[in-house]
Amino acid sequence: MSAGLLYALAGVLLFVLGAAGAILLAHLLRKVLAFNVMGSGAFLTLVGLAQREGLADPVPQAMVLTGIVVAVAATALALGLVRALHARTGRTHLTEEVRHD
Amino acid sequence: MTEPWLDPAAWLILLPLAWASLAFLAGPGRGGRLAIAALAAQCVLAVWLGVDMVESGARVHAVGGWGAPLGIDLMADGLATVMLLLTQAVALSLAFYAHAYFADAHHRAEATWFWPLAGVLIAAMNALFLSADLFNLYVTLELLGLAAVGLVALGGGAAQLSAAMRYLLVSLVASGAYLMGVALIYGTYGTVSIATLAPLIGQYAPLATWLAAGLMLAGLMAKTALFPFHAWLPPAHGSAPAPVSALLSALVVKASFYLILRLWLGPFAPLAETAAWLAGGLGAAAIVWGSWQALRTRHIKRLVAWSTVAQLGYLFLVFPLLAVEGQALQAGVMQALAHGLAKAAMFAAVGVLMLATGRDTLDGLAGVAGRVPLTLFAFALAGVTLMGLPPSGGFLAKWLLIDAALLTGQWGWVVVIIGGGLLAAGYVFRVLNQAFLTVPADTRFQPVPRRLEWMAFGLALASVLLGLRGMELATLLAVAP
Repeated sequence: MSAGLLYALAGVLLFVLGAAGAILLAHLLRKVLAFNVMGSGAFLTLVGLAQREGLADPVPQAMVLTGIVVAVAATALALGLVRALHARTGRTHLTEEVRHD
Repeated sequence: MTEPWLDPAAWLILLPLAWASLAFLAGPGRGGRLAIAALAAQCVLAVWLGVDMVESGARVHAVGGWGAPLGIDLMADGLATVMLLLTQAVALSLAFYAHAYFADAHHRAEATWFWPLAGVLIAAMNALFLSADLFNLYVTLELLGLAAVGLVALGGGAAQLSAAMRYLLVSLVASGAYLMGVALIYGTYGTVSIATLAPLIGQYAPLATWLAAGLMLAGLMAKTALFPFHAWLPPAHGSAPAPVSALLSALVVKASFYLILRLWLGPFAPLAETAAWLAGGLGAAAIVWGSWQALRTRHIKRLVAWSTVAQLGYLFLVFPLLAVEGQALQAGVMQALAHGLAKAAMFAAVGVLMLATGRDTLDGLAGVAGRVPLTLFAFALAGVTLMGLPPSGGFLAKWLLIDAALLTGQWGWVVVIIGGGLLAAGYVFRVLNQAFLTVPADTRFQPVPRRLEWMAFGLALASVLLGLRGMELATLLAVAP
């Protein structure tokens, strides 16, 4: 097994863990962190799978850099929303849909 | 061929980004007039692109002169141009609407960052329609999702914030799944260009490709709010300000559907056949469940949002019928266009109704027929499209679907399509019924700006008249890369 494939498999594992966390955990902060784990897993797979004969492929590295920028922006928005929601309602989790009037 | 820097495709992405940035710099609540002027220019660009393409075929624009694989290619074909035309036309009408809507004292507080966010949203959609590679599509999907979440949160109330949070989480997990798919595809084939991938993927593709296709399509279905991934949509579209709900329901969910269509007809065609029945089945379930909820809810905006869940179901009936060359695609795109115009009109009309009555429940609508008749007429016209009565665009779409189902001997879909039309009639008449009730003489109605009423009416009329323009649609869609 090449090192690249090992990284890729670790990436898949992280992705699955993160996805499960983002769906199953109740606390919003944990959900946001789990999403970041999930994203890192996808990045690791992208870079890991693209190693050919020990040589790194620059294209997926450029993609991962772009992806990290996107993930940082998404995390910032998510954290901002969590804070605003907490300030407004005192809750840090999503309740079952409220029927507003 | 024009000069590269004059290419309308590139300007359709640059222009909204430019006015979004200027609107942001201008400060909260400002930038509306600029947005309207720029959107008018974008409409001209989209028409120019369409005319040019019918004459000289699909075109590829290498951004900055750097071609793929190092640079990013923009690709405009018939399908992309149709979606671009819909987006600019609906966005321009809604910009007129939003400008008047946010000028009203009740809504001024919600206007804060509407224009910058709307600009980014439109730029992201235009970029999505024009992207030619899977990774660039991921970036545009994320950009679109983040802008849409920002718009949902505009109101700043607890209901809006928690709807926005729910939407954001679904959107992030869904694009995470899509990104994982891209990683697997790149690892297997060493490319993310849709055109290069198409001939490489066959029916005996490795497991990783199947997994990638599954992850990407599932992620996109969640973003399109296909049953059973629809739970985020009614709160998000139901609690946002009216112009935002209209933008989201009419356009944003169509963007991820467009991408499903692209992948399904392109690189994943050999794999997707097996899932066609599943997609059609989920679409049918969405029609029944969405309509049922629309028949039950007490809130008028929720009713329209649930109707979106139902109408999105029709889009997925296209997949089991793709065997009928060309026709199913036309039906799907026609449904996307007709629903886009009709739902924009319906949310615009509901915005006026809520402004006039000051209430958001169906009960509160009693008597509006006498006060805002033009708006109610707009609502009914949009309803005609949703029900699929002639000569509306909805009729043409459903007719093409039924015809394709009969040609392939799949009777079940016909029952679903006609049943869905009846259910749509049910929830549209719930609103109309209530509107014609007589009310006590002391009931107060707020005056509403006429511009709001006329924009809703114009959009609704367009959705009905669209049914007469089937030939033009077919001509445009025939322009393949």
